[in-house]
Amino acid sequence: MSFFWEILQGPWETPSQVSWNLQIMIMGSLVCLSCGLVGTFVVIRRMALLGDAISHGILPGIVLAYLFTGSLSPGPMWIGACLAGLGCGVSIEWLSTRTPLREDAAMGLTFTSFFALGIVLLSLQAGNVHLDPACVLYGDIGLIPLEKELKLWNYTLGNQSIWSTGLVCLTTVISSFVLYRLLLVTSFDLSLAKSLGMPVLCVQYGLMLLLALVIVASFESVGVILVLAMMILPSVSSAFLFDRLPPILISCVPWSILYSIGGIHLAHWTDFPISASMALVGSILFIPCCLFGPKGGVLRKSNMQTGQRIS
Amino acid sequence: MTNPIPIPLEIHDLTVAYEHKPVLYGIDLKVEQGSLVGIIGPNGAGKSTLIKTVMGMIKQEDGYIKIFGNKNHKAITRIGYVPQRESVDWDFPVTAMDVVLMGRFGHTGWFRRINKRDRTFASACLEQMNLLPYADRQIGNLSGGQQQRVFLARALAQQSDLYLMDEPFEGVDAVTEKTIVALLKQLRDQGKTLMVVHHDLSTAKEYFDQLALLNMRLVAYGNTNEVFTNELLQRTYGGKLTVLSEVGSRKVNSH
Repeated sequence: MSFFWEILQGPWETPSQVSWNLQIMIMGSLVCLSCGLVGTFVVIRRMALLGDAISHGILPGIVLAYLFTGSLSPGPMWIGACLAGLGCGVSIEWLSTRTPLREDAAMGLTFTSFFALGIVLLSLQAGNVHLDPACVLYGDIGLIPLEKELKLWNYTLGNQSIWSTGLVCLTTVISSFVLYRLLLVTSFDLSLAKSLGMPVLCVQYGLMLLLALVIVASFESVGVILVLAMMILPSVSSAFLFDRLPPILISCVPWSILYSIGGIHLAHWTDFPISASMALVGSILFIPCCLFGPKGGVLRKSNMQTGQRIS
Repeated sequence: MTNPIPIPLEIHDLTVAYEHKPVLYGIDLKVEQGSLVGIIGPNGAGKSTLIKTVMGMIKQEDGYIKIFGNKNHKAITRIGYVPQRESVDWDFPVTAMDVVLMGRFGHTGWFRRINKRDRTFASACLEQMNLLPYADRQIGNLSGGQQQRVFLARALAQQSDLYLMDEPFEGVDAVTEKTIVALLKQLRDQGKTLMVVHHDLSTAKEYFDQLALLNMRLVAYGNTNEVFTNELLQRTYGGKLTVLSEVGSRKVNSH
């Protein structure tokens, strides 16, 4: 019993520890929530691997923006990321239409080349500008409390990174609400979307812009590689619990908090990196959903009897 | 009348190609209001391609398509499209009711909340397709016939003027087939225009008023009793009609 108590109490013993870990927890939840919401739409559009590819492909844009501005502020980085994403898109389009290469090969080639370019650029940085490659790739949410305080006139509002991530999170929440039907119909049935006169391409590009924004806002905490775990895990876990989109989207909120708190405890107990612990907690929580979930869980009696879905 | 009602669908000299190989070639077609048209032809004849091109999902190389007198797909919002069953993602997290409600989005707008009237209307559409007990089922947990009927209920909910349906009879049970036929005739009697891709020659004659015989080119288009002849079917199906010809001629002779 005392063993569990230790794990539970570990990160929250002294007041300074509490304030430190609370900031990490809030940051983690905000990152997971924005990733989870955008990720749900990415997953139902069957673009999960494209999301992975994009998170790699926009790296040079992020690094260039950082080299030019010397700051981690999300605005310029987002623009850089979008430009790099656009570059990827143009390159893939050109390679797949003007050369004998097929689209999948063109995508593989483009995204890995861009990723490599990003890593090379990372090592080019000179002078007092420094961005740690390991931090870019895997994130370092443990250092978030060291960020500058946001000051507005004479008021200190708290950690700057948390505020900017919070703003991005709010943007994704509002977008998912307002654009819900456009995203739903364009994901489910393109022909219906067209016959309803929906701007199919605009919605597609809008989602890509949002995806880039979320990746930029998250890469400082979880890095461009682990960000995919935060995007995919909530919706694929919930797919075993609910069979409608609204509860799957709403379930991203408890998942985010669980991943975040679970990650902090696991990291404190084992001395793992926190971002990887969060992703690992998400993967561990996925297992019972997959086995016992009421909607298609593998070991559920009702599912074992009927076997495959009737079709 | 100075301003006649525009023809629902007018296709002129339409050519479509996949990677430089023509799939449809020089199609000319005028579909009058209130027609119930079956599109028949062998596999790979371009039947689905034809209606997908009308929907703007496939680019055309040449020619034009006028929908209610409008080029450039401006009037596409007046079309209700029923996709081929295998092209739907049946694992998608939506229930039968959700799918039918999507058909109402054209009337409610993209941002406003679904109101009670839309919900009642959608329920009525499900009821007509005998699906009301399954309204809350995820669409992957329905039988093939039920799945097809969900999309027909959605088409009903759309209240379109022109319907394009891609093989609605594919893989459905006998009861569903009867329900669909009744629905098609009911919509036609309301003055709607319908074009249905169909592959079963043995039923084509009794289901449709007009037939479009398609094999890359439009072999013939006209009233079923004029077009459903051995000679024209032979020309449509070419060498592939060894077995089909028997079915075809038996049908032609028996009607």
